Amino acid sequence: MRIALLVTCLNEALFPRAGMAVVTVLERLGHTVAFPPEQTCCGQLHANTGYAAPARELERHTEAAFAGHDVIVTPSGSCAAHLRAHTELPVYELSELLVDVLGVTDVGARFPHRVTYHPTCHGLRMLRLGDRPQRLLRAVSGLELVDLPEPEQCCGFGGTFALKNPGVSGAMLADKCANAVSTGAEYLAAADNSCLAHIGGGLARRPGAPKPVHYAEILAGTGAAA
Amino acid sequence: MSRHLPIVAVTPFPAAAAHELKDAQLRANLGRATRTIRDKRARVVAEVPDWEELRERAARTKDEVLDRLPELLARFERAAAAAGASVHHAADAAAANAIVAELVRAQGADRVVKIKSMATQEIGLNEALAEAGITAIETDLAELIVQLADDTPSHILVPAIHYNRSQIREIFAARMPGFSAESDEPAVLAGAAREYLRRTFLSAEVAVCGANFAVAETGSLVIVESEGNGRMCLTLPGTLIAVVGVEKLLPRMADLGDFLRLLPRSSTGERMNPYTSVFTGVTPDDGPRRLHIVLLDNGRTKTAQDPVGRAALRCIRCSACLNVCPVYERTGGHAYGSVYPGPIGAILSPQLTGQDAGANSSLPFASTLCGACYDVCPVKIDIPEILVHLRQTGPKPAAERAAMATLSWVMRDRRRWRGALRAARTGAVPLRALTRRRGGTLRRAPWPVSAWTAHRDAPLPPPESFRDWWRRTHAE
Amino acid sequence: MLSELFAERAGDYRAGVHHCTEAELPGVLAGLLAGASAVVVPPGLPQAWTRDLAGPQLPDHGLTPADLDAPGLSVLTGCAAAIAETGTIVLDTGPGQGRRLLTLVPDHHVCVVYDDRVVADVPDLFAVLPDPTRPLTMISGPSATSDIELDRVEGVHGPRRLDIVCVHADAGKEPR
Repeated sequence: MRIALLVTCLNEALFPRAGMAVVTVLERLGHTVAFPPEQTCCGQLHANTGYAAPARELERHTEAAFAGHDVIVTPSGSCAAHLRAHTELPVYELSELLVDVLGVTDVGARFPHRVTYHPTCHGLRMLRLGDRPQRLLRAVSGLELVDLPEPEQCCGFGGTFALKNPGVSGAMLADKCANAVSTGAEYLAAADNSCLAHIGGGLARRPGAPKPVHYAEILAGTGAAA
Repeated sequence: MSRHLPIVAVTPFPAAAAHELKDAQLRANLGRATRTIRDKRARVVAEVPDWEELRERAARTKDEVLDRLPELLARFERAAAAAGASVHHAADAAAANAIVAELVRAQGADRVVKIKSMATQEIGLNEALAEAGITAIETDLAELIVQLADDTPSHILVPAIHYNRSQIREIFAARMPGFSAESDEPAVLAGAAREYLRRTFLSAEVAVCGANFAVAETGSLVIVESEGNGRMCLTLPGTLIAVVGVEKLLPRMADLGDFLRLLPRSSTGERMNPYTSVFTGVTPDDGPRRLHIVLLDNGRTKTAQDPVGRAALRCIRCSACLNVCPVYERTGGHAYGSVYPGPIGAILSPQLTGQDAGANSSLPFASTLCGACYDVCPVKIDIPEILVHLRQTGPKPAAERAAMATLSWVMRDRRRWRGALRAARTGAVPLRALTRRRGGTLRRAPWPVSAWTAHRDAPLPPPESFRDWWRRTHAE
Repeated sequence: MLSELFAERAGDYRAGVHHCTEAELPGVLAGLLAGASAVVVPPGLPQAWTRDLAGPQLPDHGLTPADLDAPGLSVLTGCAAAIAETGTIVLDTGPGQGRRLLTLVPDHHVCVVYDDRVVADVPDLFAVLPDPTRPLTMISGPSATSDIELDRVEGVHGPRRLDIVCVHADAGKEPR
């Protein structure tokens, strides 16, 4: 299958390994990945911060960039949710593509580590990913998946919320980090690098805390390297 | 008017929240209480196989009310009047307060007993009555606690949620005449409130209530409660004054079936609350001889004009959204500066007052848009959608507007975007060397990144961009 | 069966639930009301229900709130309907139920529920009520509050004890 990758602006700017991981996984499964070069940002940041007109322009820009592609994958639950709500693009979050479209749960990865999974709000409540990411992770050779307490609680990122309401965001982050640390996991995985940048930034200040990793990187078998 | 309006935030939410966040006891109380109620709600909702259809139908019924508002109001008024009630109309808080004060004065009474009512809190009725020389006595246990403490409510359903039992015992000991119990068992505290209020109920001449529902078809009012203080107020005093927001209407009596299944499960996590009273006008030899119904607009008709925001008027004040909200759980209700706190308050207060009132335009930003509120709302108010809508229609700082305009200009063109990313990577080179030992994240940064690094490390741009990697590995 | 679900759900909210046949009813009521200083009797209450009561009875010929506030009073009523799903009894001031304050001010309420009065869920209620514009009181367990730490405790302003007597048509039902 020919699959177009929407890498997302955040991943391009700060976390390109998530995009690389998606390419690695899909190519290993025998699919062809395309990278439409005009893509930049889906408009979510602008829309949620209160800027409807620029958001619409970026949504239209993204539609044009992906015109003609039948299957689009992105390693971001929130961007997938935004585009599904505001455009006609056939966008899938990675676990939806793998489990629902390609019918795969074992992607042939190896990651011999203890991992806990944080289901991000967009994945949990907008996309209703359910346990798709966890099913993919459980099929990874050597991986031990441990439950995160209070998984459904938001981490406190919320886009510009983290900057506009730093106190509340910090309090939510502290609770999420404490739950993550309590698992004794080596890695905390999630489906969105925006939440992971926030949680990971908090975990970096806590000795012995799990390291943040996008679950695509685990599926690519490259998560331990870096 | 000099008095502070109870649905206008004075302090912007972030500053008010910062103040509340310092109170560790408050956070512990809130965390314990909201977790308890969340679990109870989840259990009783899981028992209802057609819960989703029920929500759908209730949302449609409430939308029908908003679509037919003038017609249903007229119908309600006709039916209530035919059953012996007097119906009054109040365009705003001041008008409603004046009507109620005049009605109390007409009975020659200098005090009223009250059933917990969000509408009367919204208009600041107790304060207005006090100015008119009338004492309002709150009879709901939590409202009584808050009133005795000279505090304001912090939750729609459980106004004293911010206090734990030992704090409540202290308030009673200091403020409730005759209270001497050593125990802080909730049963003992509730028993003390019973003793304290019983004489008051038996001698009260005027009661004031709100309504959970108002049935247009029959002119009936519905009061949903637990303690029996509502039944006391509805049956003992000779005069009853109900202040009812116009959005409380239901078209038909039969609609109550759905709403009485949804409300208790969503609010207290019970299959049914202990007492629900439905009454229609006045009944000879039973209950009050005089019933006045004050229909309150106070921004509702205007809110109903907004095609997106109007869904907020479906709200039945269950407070399920407060109990699941991670922001509310950390800050409590006072941070919202309105008698309507939490997610529903963040969309209701700014709409009822207009976003230019006080600091109300900060409320739609008091959310991570995590969506937990929408999931539990019994009338399917898409709160995140309305929050975003209000952010888009409300005022924003000039510097932010400029930054967002620049960013979208950069992002609308891939060459500008690539150039910006290249500049960021170049700028990060020296920082990467400095932070390598710590895993490559930035601990302290100058403004504006300092807002981020106050609570968490910041990531640095990567040495190789995705596009460069793509070109390197996928060159044709 | 609806009446069984009703009894189970009423018990969940700490109403006392008792089972009997029509023939056993006067005796069961006499037992439940044995400790009352007096029993308030609304107009239209079947005479058989009070036949075996040992103590004094207070028929409602305009009892005042102060009368009803006397210590140790119980009130005995029937109901207009009962709701199985929620364990709720519904009073509509019809015969054998009386004015609303009769079931409010006394500290103990005993309510008789016949099997055929039980409906499945709240929406079914409005189909069986003779006149929904009569004052309706839906009662689910004794008076309660969750205002302190969201911890439910029974007994605030309404009756602190609620006993429900389920009267079954068949004689095979053992009291639980």
